[in-house]
Amino acid sequence: MITETAPPEVQKRSQRRHIDDNVIRNLGLVGVLILLIVVGIITKPDLYSDPTWVKNNFLTILQQASAIGVVTVGMTFVIIGGGIDLSVGAIIALAGVWATTLATQSYGAAGMIFTALVVGICVGLVNGVLISYGKLVPFIATLAMLVAARGLAAQISGKQTQVSANTTINDIASTKLLGIPLLVWILALVVAAGWVLLNRTTFGRRTVAVGGNPEAARLAGINIKRHTLLLYALSGLCCGIAAIMLTSQATSAQAAMANLYELDAIAAAIIGGTLLSGGRGTIIGALFGVLVFSTITNLFAINNLSTEVQNMVKGGIIVLAVLIQQFRFRSVTQLLKR
Amino acid sequence: MSALSRRRVLFGGAAVGAGALLTACTSNTPENNAQVNTNTDASANPNAAPGQKVVIGFSAPAADHGWIAAITNNAKAQAAAYPDVEFKPVEAGADAAAQRAAISTLISQKPTVIVMLPHDGKELNSAGIEAMAAGIPVINLDRAFPSMAAYRLQIKGDNFGMGLAAGNYIAQQLKAKGVSAPIIGEIPGIDSLELTQERSEGFKNALAAHGFKVANRRPAEFTADSGQAAATALLQALPKMDALWNHDDDQGIGVLAAIKQANRSEFFMVGGAGSKQAIDAISADNSVLKATVTYSPSMASSAITLARLIGQGKGMSDLVELQVPKEITLASETITKDNASQYAKLGF
Repeated sequence: MITETAPPEVQKRSQRRHIDDNVIRNLGLVGVLILLIVVGIITKPDLYSDPTWVKNNFLTILQQASAIGVVTVGMTFVIIGGGIDLSVGAIIALAGVWATTLATQSYGAAGMIFTALVVGICVGLVNGVLISYGKLVPFIATLAMLVAARGLAAQISGKQTQVSANTTINDIASTKLLGIPLLVWILALVVAAGWVLLNRTTFGRRTVAVGGNPEAARLAGINIKRHTLLLYALSGLCCGIAAIMLTSQATSAQAAMANLYELDAIAAAIIGGTLLSGGRGTIIGALFGVLVFSTITNLFAINNLSTEVQNMVKGGIIVLAVLIQQFRFRSVTQLLKR
Repeated sequence: MSALSRRRVLFGGAAVGAGALLTACTSNTPENNAQVNTNTDASANPNAAPGQKVVIGFSAPAADHGWIAAITNNAKAQAAAYPDVEFKPVEAGADAAAQRAAISTLISQKPTVIVMLPHDGKELNSAGIEAMAAGIPVINLDRAFPSMAAYRLQIKGDNFGMGLAAGNYIAQQLKAKGVSAPIIGEIPGIDSLELTQERSEGFKNALAAHGFKVANRRPAEFTADSGQAAATALLQALPKMDALWNHDDDQGIGVLAAIKQANRSEFFMVGGAGSKQAIDAISADNSVLKATVTYSPSMASSAITLARLIGQGKGMSDLVELQVPKEITLASETITKDNASQYAKLGF
């Protein structure tokens, strides 16, 4: 595998192997995506023969991946940092509901966006404080938050669907820039920012260090507690952004929204090559993971196949992706050792 | 003062400010649109004359959806309309076991009648039998008990009939337009529920009677965001469509948003349940939504009215029988632009 990085003599051997592995993994996911699209072309040639439909279809796949994609970026950071965030769906619901109360709506679009983002960050901070300083296991702390945040969302909304009367917010979902939906631009921006943050900043390096070997990271002078706190706040921020995106798409918010997003985000991060035990993972891989799921949903929809089968296939792909990655990872490392 | 502490003060101040602003933002004053039978004029209706005091124990699951919220609101509002009714709601808890325990406690308080929307009819069957054995008539709301001995009155909606009504309306409209091989889409709610399957079965039957069938079916989850996702997928799968039935008006908010976002308008849509928002949209006639088939939470108001009659030993005055019948299934009605004004007060 050829990499675009500096000549080998500059790079450490282990680092090169790491990059090679990521590239192979992402190419594998691109292969899966192409395979899914080819299956679509074979099963629905009449639809795929219309270029306008095909263009629309790809934009739809990207658009349906946008909110969950943003959540997955935050989730990837948390998992690389050695944690897990089960509360993302609940945070989206709370942020969405909080941003669409009649009181918040009276402050206009800016007030709604501000509220969603601040609620997201604050809930993330609470998660982070419980985990870093309260020494709760991330699984337990965020599981508790999952229940509590949905409860609070139900309390605030009075269990009703809150319709957004704000046209600026509602128009986000139908606005296009240069022919591409605004939601897809937001996803692209978040992914780009996530990539830079993970790969080009000390924050990113520290995240990998904290997740890979917390003790070594501590000895190297990293404030693990504060860093963990920030990771959960980051995940919360991503949920706040996703809450606005979803509220715009559905022109409403309710306590039951973003149901099971935590599982979709974790699954996408994992098939994107993020190690559940932390210390390794890529943003681009996570993006491909989300796109694979979005493409499967699209493939099943255009063929009118039942969602039960779709869920079974999704489960199968998660297992298969991890199995293939393990196999690839082993064989590649063996090849390089020779 | 050091720079660090000043920063902390600033951050702290900002956090407190944001907190205060956010707390102010949780206020919600929803309009009260409970469905109450206000026909309490005793001269016109002898049954409305205040009678013996009736204590109605009420138990329904916590609402996670507009429909269940409307059930509880309606029951409360209808009970308040009668001076001789004391309304005693008990928390149904998180699941069937918790509701069973709550009903046991309620039985020991000896209310005159119990009105119950069970978490699950089968699992609450024993609670119904227990109350009936204690001499307290049980009124089952919507989710039937398997045993006839577990209830005095059952009042429920008609899921199969809802699908039938939607299918018949769509078929009639398409026939009137002269569409011979229509492309029909369907967006059900949570697919694993029996009620969803009954609705879809009714829809399929009605269409089959006219030689039509469903071209694509994408289930949602009764929430607006899942409705948006399902509708987006459906619209992409069917580049041209003639008619669409969406089972639930709450998820319909998302379905309508998706249709608008996809810039589609070549078909007409039928909703389900009969929310206030859907009825308003139908009478305004400015979207693809042209009709909705009811599954009305007004049944909770009627259940309270009937519970009062049962508690006072009265019958329904228009019928010959001296007692309230044992089973009532509401007809699923089709709301269109023509009759929307009549139904406006029944929207939830």
